[in-house]
Amino acid sequence: MFSGFMVNTWTVATIVAVVAGVVGFFVVLRGSAFVADALPTGAFAGAAGASLIGVNTLVGLGVFSLAGALGIGWLGRRGRHDVATALTLVLMLGLGALFLSFSVEYAPEIYSLLFGEVLGISVNEVAPVAALGAVCVVAIMVMFRPLMLASVMPELGEARGVRSYRIEMYFLVVIALATSMALPVVGALLIFSLMIGPPAAARSVTDDPYLAMALSVVIAMGTVWAAIAASYASNWPVGFFVGMIGAFCYGAGRGWAAWRRTRVGHGATSTALAR
Amino acid sequence: MSHLLRFVFEPGFFASAPVHVAVVAGGVAAIVSGILGVFTVMRGQSYAGHAFADISVTGGSGSFLIGISPIWGFAGTSVLAAGIMDMIGIRRPRGRDLATGIVRGAGLGLAALFLYWDTTHTSTTGATITILFGSMFIISTSIIPVIVAFSLVALGIAAVLYRPLLLSSVSADLAFARGIPVRLTGVLCLVAIAVSVSLSALTIGTILSTALLVGPAATALRLTSKPGLAIAWSALIGLGATWLGILLAYDSFYWPPAKHGWPVSFFVVTLVFLFYLAAQLASSRRTRSERHAPAPAPGQGG
Repeated sequence: MFSGFMVNTWTVATIVAVVAGVVGFFVVLRGSAFVADALPTGAFAGAAGASLIGVNTLVGLGVFSLAGALGIGWLGRRGRHDVATALTLVLMLGLGALFLSFSVEYAPEIYSLLFGEVLGISVNEVAPVAALGAVCVVAIMVMFRPLMLASVMPELGEARGVRSYRIEMYFLVVIALATSMALPVVGALLIFSLMIGPPAAARSVTDDPYLAMALSVVIAMGTVWAAIAASYASNWPVGFFVGMIGAFCYGAGRGWAAWRRTRVGHGATSTALAR
Repeated sequence: MSHLLRFVFEPGFFASAPVHVAVVAGGVAAIVSGILGVFTVMRGQSYAGHAFADISVTGGSGSFLIGISPIWGFAGTSVLAAGIMDMIGIRRPRGRDLATGIVRGAGLGLAALFLYWDTTHTSTTGATITILFGSMFIISTSIIPVIVAFSLVALGIAAVLYRPLLLSSVSADLAFARGIPVRLTGVLCLVAIAVSVSLSALTIGTILSTALLVGPAATALRLTSKPGLAIAWSALIGLGATWLGILLAYDSFYWPPAKHGWPVSFFVVTLVFLFYLAAQLASSRRTRSERHAPAPAPGQGG
């Protein structure tokens, strides 16, 4: 499991987990689960297009996810946000269907792009993933405070001179970057469950933003590592384990929050009675 | 004139049996999606509508595995998903999208596993692509009556719930004050959407089911603010886009670069998107000219 060719897998998966934990914290905070879901799925079409004209898959993913992010931002400003996201997504997927019909791509290849492939990571894929990941994390750190303000209290943010539309655009671009780096590893359909499961669990455990973000990175790492180990052992698709563990994290977080609320409630009544 | 007709409808269009099936099944799916789509868009549940399409894939691939008709897998899983979403969903839209995402993630994880088993245990290599993208031209005729029956169920729920649903979509508080069971109405609406989406996902693929659910309805709601009129427009736009898409896909076989048909879903999605953009531009021009008028009308919230 830790032999030569798996080292790349562990490295890339760890980078993906860190980025998903950091970016995902804001995805959950801003309630943009649909966008975090639509961009990877739509960007998948870019990979199909790239293989059709024979360029690097990462380029196709990057172009499509950036175009998708800008499209969602532009349309979302002028109409309902969920409608804009859904329409951008289906347009990208429609193009994907067109590309796929022209290409002679082997079906398992597509399957692995959709659901992730742990063993398919080569040495020269590590550097671009690391670079893109670093860009994402630095971008989030730079705009941490305005993003936080615009997400939690947009009115106050506007009053302080934070342009929420511009922040939104930057954030969409960061999601797009995170998407195109993580997609080959976790797969188009499940990168988002890594982006929302662990952060949602972390958020229900603590209210402190820094602590929640750190916790969400830790949970995301645990999820990816467990998923890869399980996938390696059972030969089942890694996406299955990511999706299941993600949902389990969310359920556990909700359960923990509910349990703590009842306990705090009982504590309050008992102290009140003691007085 | 006949020359022009032959140019528009390439030879054999009206005689082809797959085209007949596609026109009927695609038309039914487009009308039902268009009608339920208006409620979906008004309630801001596009994400749930999209998620049902993908989750029903789980049921579809699972039913391949145990050998029952995929239609039960498709419809069953998405109704189940509607129930789970409502159970864990929070009232606020932000929490609701999160719940949708979690359910979709778990569902797709299962789909990945089922598809993996499908492709390793049997030798249906094309299953992944067919299940995900669907194809209108390979629907079997025997499935059409079932689709129509399920569609009528979905439309029946929507018709019975029409007034309470509209009121609770516009203002949940007002509906609650009038004694409408808001939560029950919401669940039933979600179930109706789930049934309709899973059927259209089965017949026309997941891409088109989302496109036809959200696109025509959003376009119609740009054109008019009257719900009844919006429903009629939405069904009409969906039907137009679908049939035009089928025609273009059929004709595209004779287009360069090769003797190779372009996918229907590409044409339908593009048409739906263009309709939305046109309505968008028209309505933003209207609001701009209204802004210059002395008494500004209250703008439609977005």
